[in-house]
Amino acid sequence: MTATHPYLLEMNSISKEFPGVKALDGVTLRIRPGSVHALMGENGAGKSTLMKCLFGIYHADGGQIIFDGKPVSFSTAKQALDAGVSMVHQELNQVRQRDVMENIWLGRFPMKWGLIDHNAMYEKTKLIFKDLEIEIDPREKVDRLSVSQMQMVEIAKAVSYNSKIIVMDEPTSSLTEKEVDHLFRIINVLRAKGCGIIYISHKMEEILKISDDVTIMRDGKWIATKSAKELTTDEIIRLMVGRDLSNRFPPKENAPGEVIFQAQGLTARFQRSLVDVSFDLRKGEILGVAGLVGSKRTDILESIFGMRHLETGRLLLHGKEVRNGTPEEAMRHGFALVTEERRATGIFPQLSVGFNALTANLPSYVGPMGLLNEKKGAADTDWIIQSMRVKTPSQNTPIGSLSGGNQQKVIIGRWLLTRPEVLMLDEPTRGIDVGAKYEIYQLMMNLAKEGKGIIMVSSEMPELLGVTDRILVMSNGRVAGILNTKEATQEEILRLAAKYL
Amino acid sequence: MAANTNAAKWDRKRIGTFLMNNAIYLILLALLVAIVIISPDFVSMTNFRNILSQASTRVIIALGISGVLITQGTDLSAGRMVGLTAVISSSMLQAVEYPYRMYPALAKMPLWVPILIVIAVGAIIGLLNGTAVAVFKVPPFIATLGMMIIVYGLTSIYFDRPPYGAQPIGGLDPDFTNFAQGFFFSGKAALPYLVIYAAIVSLLMWVVWNKTRLGKNMYAVGGNPEAAVVSGVNVVKTLLVIYMIAGALYGFAGSLEAARIGSATNNTGNMYELDAIAAAVVGGVSTSGGIGTVPGVITGVLIFQVINYGLNFIGVNPYVQYIVKGLIIVVAVAIDIRKYLKKK
Repeated sequence: MTATHPYLLEMNSISKEFPGVKALDGVTLRIRPGSVHALMGENGAGKSTLMKCLFGIYHADGGQIIFDGKPVSFSTAKQALDAGVSMVHQELNQVRQRDVMENIWLGRFPMKWGLIDHNAMYEKTKLIFKDLEIEIDPREKVDRLSVSQMQMVEIAKAVSYNSKIIVMDEPTSSLTEKEVDHLFRIINVLRAKGCGIIYISHKMEEILKISDDVTIMRDGKWIATKSAKELTTDEIIRLMVGRDLSNRFPPKENAPGEVIFQAQGLTARFQRSLVDVSFDLRKGEILGVAGLVGSKRTDILESIFGMRHLETGRLLLHGKEVRNGTPEEAMRHGFALVTEERRATGIFPQLSVGFNALTANLPSYVGPMGLLNEKKGAADTDWIIQSMRVKTPSQNTPIGSLSGGNQQKVIIGRWLLTRPEVLMLDEPTRGIDVGAKYEIYQLMMNLAKEGKGIIMVSSEMPELLGVTDRILVMSNGRVAGILNTKEATQEEILRLAAKYL
Repeated sequence: MAANTNAAKWDRKRIGTFLMNNAIYLILLALLVAIVIISPDFVSMTNFRNILSQASTRVIIALGISGVLITQGTDLSAGRMVGLTAVISSSMLQAVEYPYRMYPALAKMPLWVPILIVIAVGAIIGLLNGTAVAVFKVPPFIATLGMMIIVYGLTSIYFDRPPYGAQPIGGLDPDFTNFAQGFFFSGKAALPYLVIYAAIVSLLMWVVWNKTRLGKNMYAVGGNPEAAVVSGVNVVKTLLVIYMIAGALYGFAGSLEAARIGSATNNTGNMYELDAIAAAVVGGVSTSGGIGTVPGVITGVLIFQVINYGLNFIGVNPYVQYIVKGLIIVVAVAIDIRKYLKKK
C-alpha cells in the first residue's frame, strides 16, 4: 500500500480566493507516512487557510486532496476526525468546566445500554496516557490543569482518534524546555507508528530539530519543499521573506544614559509570585527579562503597572517614589504595558483600528464640552498607521481582521500616544512573522534612541540576545542575575534560569 | 509547639474557605433560624409538607430552565408557558357536571390525554425557542422575551372568549385536582403526590444530565461552544432538544399548577421564570454556562421556598419579601463569583 502511495496525504494545487484576495494560489503539500513535515511561512502566508481547506472549514476553489490514496473532501471537522485527520489547535479548545476524559471523548462517548459508560471512558483514557507517558488524572477538571497539561490532553485527544495525520499549530508556544522534550518524545512515538505530522511553528531551532521535511509558503504560494537536513535557519528565513535577511535584528544604535527607574524589593502579597525583586532601568535602555515559563516574568510588569498587590517593595521614578495602585495611576506616572495575550487583553477585535489606537489615551481628546475631539484622534491614529507602517485598508477597519503583526503595531502605538517614560512589553513578537518582528525591533530601537526606558519580557533567546542591552534572568520568582547582553550566552541564561528551582 | 500553631493556622484558613464556599447557605440558615426564633411553630410537619409540595412544581420548572442556563441561554417564557398549559389542561378537565364549562359537550376524559397534550404544546413552543436561538442565532434573552409576550397573547385569546369571557377556569374534575393535591398515606406521615412527581422528574433529569450524550453535550456547548463544534457535537441539535425538554417540563408543571390551585387564568404562572432562574442561581447554576447540577437546583428551590414560606408564616409584609428575595439573588451570585475570582 505504501509502495503505491508514497504519500499519506497529498494536497495538490490548492487554490482559494476570497473577494479581492487570492489567499492560496496552487499550493502543494505532500506528507510522507512516518514523517514530521514543518509548514512555514510568515503570518498571512496562507498556512492556516490551507489547513482550513483540509478540514473543510473553507471549500477550496481548485485542486485536489488525496488522503490514503483516495480523493477526499471533508465538510466538517468531525468528518476529518473520523477519517483520521486531526488538529491540535493553537488556541486550546477545551471545556474547562468538565473533566479531562470527558473532553477527550466529547462527541463519541463510549456507551453501554444507551447510557454513557464512565468506567470504559476512564480506562481508555488511562491507556492512551500510559502510551504517551502523560501523568494526568482523567477525572481531573481541565480548569485545574496547567497550560502545558492542557496541550498534552489535546494531543492525547488527537491520538485517541487513531489519526494518521495530526496537525499541530504552534504546539510549543507555552511549553517549557522540559515539556517541549516530552512533546518531541510523543511526536517520535507517533512518527514511529507511521503517522504524518504537520507541524506549524515560528521557532526555527525547533523545526530543524524535529522535522523531516519543510514546506515554505509565501503570499499564498508554494515556495519550496526541502529536507530539513539541507536547511539552515537563515535559508528558511530567506525563503519565507523572499529576501536575504542575514540580519534578523536591527543594528544597536541606542545609548543607555542615567538611571530613570528603580524597582526595590518587590515581593508579592497574595500569591506565590515575586520575591525581593530589584533592578534599575536606564534612559534609552532595553532591559530584557528572561526565564522559564512560570518564573513570574510577567508578574514583574504587572506589579509595576499596579495590577498586583505587593507586600513590600518600592518603585522610584527619577529617584522619587511613585505608588502604582492601579493601572490608571501607573499610566499617569508615565508607565505603559503592552500585554502578552494580545487577543485576550490587548485588542477589541470587532472595533476599529482607530478605537483600538486611542482607547488608552482618551482623556487627552476631551474637548471643552466634554465631547471627544475626533479630528485630533484621527490625526493620532494616522500617525500610528504611518510611523509604524501598519497595513490596514482604513482607520475604520475592525482590528480583528488585520494580521497579528499589524495588530501588535497598533497596540504599541496605543501606548506610545500616552507618552510613557517606561514602556513595558510582554512577549511583543509572539505569534507574529519574521518581517513584522524586525519592524517591531526597529521600533523598540527607535524608542530607546528617543530616551525611553524599555522592559521586554521574552521567551525567545535570540531575540533577547539580539535586541537588549541587559538581561534580567528570573528563576522561580527571584532575580537570578542581571547580565550585560554583550557578554551573555544562552548557556549562562539557562543556568541562571534554573538557579532557584 | 510550632507544629501546633501551624496546624491552627491551617485550620483557620480552611474554616475561612469553608465559610466562603458556603456563605450563601449560612446566610439562609441564619434567616431560617431567625424565622424559627420569632415563631417556633414554624417547625411542624404540616409546614414541612406544604413547603415540599409548593416546591415540587417549581423544581420541575427550575430543572427545565437550568438546562437552558447551562447552555449559556436563558428562558423568560417559562412562566407564561406554565400559564398557557395550565389554562389548556384545565379547560379540558372541568367536571362534567360543572355548569360553566368551556367545552360543554366534552366528555369526561382520562387524565393522561390532556396532560400529554400540554406536554406536547410545551415541547413545541420550547422547540420554537430553540429554533430561534440555535438556527436563527437570536440571543436567548431576546428570543424568549418575544416568546413570553407571544405566549401571553395566545393564552389570553384562548382564555378570554365567549360565552363566559375572562372567568377563571374552575370546577375541575376531582380526579384532576386529586392528581396534584392527593397524598399517599395519611395523617402525620402523608406524602403528597406532587413530591413524588418532582422526585421522578429530578431522577430522570439527573440521568439525562449525567449519563447521556445529550447531557454531556449540553455541558460542552455551554462550557465552550467552539470546543464542542470541533469535537463533532451537533450544537444546533443539542440546543433544540434542551429547549424542547424545558418546554415539555413547563407543560407538565402547568397542568400540575392548575390542579394544585384548582383553577387557571391567563395570569397563572406569571413571573415563575424569575423564581426559577433565581433558585437555579442560588443552587449553583452558572449563568455564564457549563456549570450546574440537579441536586444543586433542588437545593436552590427548597431554600427559596423555605424563606418564602417562612417570611409569610411570620407575617412579613409581602412587599418587603420582594426586597429580601431580590437581595438573596444578587448576594448569592456576588458570593458565588468570589470563588472564581483570583486575587493577584
